[in-house]
Amino acid sequence: MAVMNEKEHARLIVSVSPHIRSDVSVSRIMWTVSIALFPALLMGVYFFGPRALFIVATCIVSSVFFEYLTAKVMGRPVTINDGSAFLTGLLLGMNLPSSLWSFSPFLIHVPIIGSFVAVAITKMLFGGLGYNIFNPALIGRAFLLISWPRAMTIFYKPTAAFLGFDAQTTATPLGILKEDGMNKLIEVFGTKSNLYLMKLIGQNAGSIGETSALALLIGGLYLLAKRYITWHIPVTFIATVAVVTWIFGGTDPATGKMVLFAGDPLLNVLSGGLMLGAFFMATDYVTGPTLRNAQILFGIGCGLITSLIRIKGGFPEGVMFAILLMNCFAPLLDRYVKRKPFGFRKEAAR
Amino acid sequence: MHFGRLLELIIAASLINNFVFTRYLGLCIFFGVSKKMDTALGMSMTFTAVMVISSALSWIIYKTVMIPLHLEFLEIMVFIGVVAGFVQAADTMMRKLSPGLYYKLGIYLALITTNCIILAVPLINAQEGYNFIEALCFGLGSGLGFSLALIIMASIREKLELADIPKSFRGLPISFVLTGLIALAFIGFSGLITL
Repeated sequence: MAVMNEKEHARLIVSVSPHIRSDVSVSRIMWTVSIALFPALLMGVYFFGPRALFIVATCIVSSVFFEYLTAKVMGRPVTINDGSAFLTGLLLGMNLPSSLWSFSPFLIHVPIIGSFVAVAITKMLFGGLGYNIFNPALIGRAFLLISWPRAMTIFYKPTAAFLGFDAQTTATPLGILKEDGMNKLIEVFGTKSNLYLMKLIGQNAGSIGETSALALLIGGLYLLAKRYITWHIPVTFIATVAVVTWIFGGTDPATGKMVLFAGDPLLNVLSGGLMLGAFFMATDYVTGPTLRNAQILFGIGCGLITSLIRIKGGFPEGVMFAILLMNCFAPLLDRYVKRKPFGFRKEAAR
Repeated sequence: MHFGRLLELIIAASLINNFVFTRYLGLCIFFGVSKKMDTALGMSMTFTAVMVISSALSWIIYKTVMIPLHLEFLEIMVFIGVVAGFVQAADTMMRKLSPGLYYKLGIYLALITTNCIILAVPLINAQEGYNFIEALCFGLGSGLGFSLALIIMASIREKLELADIPKSFRGLPISFVLTGLIALAFIGFSGLITL
């Protein structure tokens, strides 16, 4: 047999897939997403005080604990180092109101039960990371909202006094919009531009991590720049909410009837959990569709349901339910959206 | 007749008061048939058709026979009889007239007779005092809602076939957990339309 030179030898190596090595791994993605959430968490802690930090810490610790416990009970390898339980706890904590950490009534069991539902039931019972059908943090929050409807909707007024343990309760901007209308909201915040500014930096009532739209946007853009998420879901989700609330979201202050093309898209985009949901929770790889076209439909569906609940539903905020409902449809979307064969071009088909 | 109200009735019956996810009815067929997408699709088509026709039939009998004779207290028995009779008749006729369709959908027909949604729809129609068109729309909405539930469930359960679920939870138990979680998501629709 003739001796081959180096070049010829290299040609003989059979290779099926494109084998580009990369350092992206599950744990790396999880920790990067956690870092991207950090600015929003910081704003939440700044405005709601140390109790916000305690709640988020409770969620993280109990999520990691329940992941460890269920893995042990089920006889699986313990995977708490991949950061997914940490991220679930962080997201759940950021979705809770800071009022849960108070001494009368003492409600610290609420985040712990939420973590149990999120990690043990929604994720581990279905086979662990990669098999869960629903976003664990959102199921945790939905469960808590149904079980403790009163406690989960008491929101403290942001004070920015770091050691202030006294707190005043108030409704969220979307809650005010739903109950009393736009004029009342402007009355509370002074001017309309002040309202937008407060929404951007986060000085308004709400869950710990959802108040500052700007901080969430920074985190979301960081993930986009790192290419850990693609634009398809967040952009279609936010754009659909903006368009639908602009067309159908306006009401006549005197009669309360719907006026077309009079809604406030900017307020709706900046409000509630939309930024948090669109960038960090709807983009979950496991519970969303994987095909690009399906992702676009997924985003539009999330936006439509969110707007529907905000405008007509029984709850002031609909992002959580919208993402959960679209999670149900994700396998269906992946199944029926037409795939494009690799290398397919329109000219070639003729 | 107000067209908007009919649309609201269909949406309310299919999404907001979805029989499976908010009223927890019809679970036996729901779990039995949602294992595979093919059977789920066949069942949902047959189910919707039977639902519309049987709610029409029972409405006619309720209004023309039972109310004039003051027999409202017999409604449960009469409706069971009407639905079972109709399904059996459809079964026999389909076997003779179109055997192809019978082999495709016939097995589902036999199952439907024992479904509790099929009894609940005429009862609710009678209780709410819907007129004929409204009763038809309520039947249609209920059928569509059940179909939606079946199709979602089948698509998720086919995905779960590959999942590494603990042994004691495989099959029916995890489906019950899953149904509970879907029901949690469907609570988001509550309060959307107040009829």
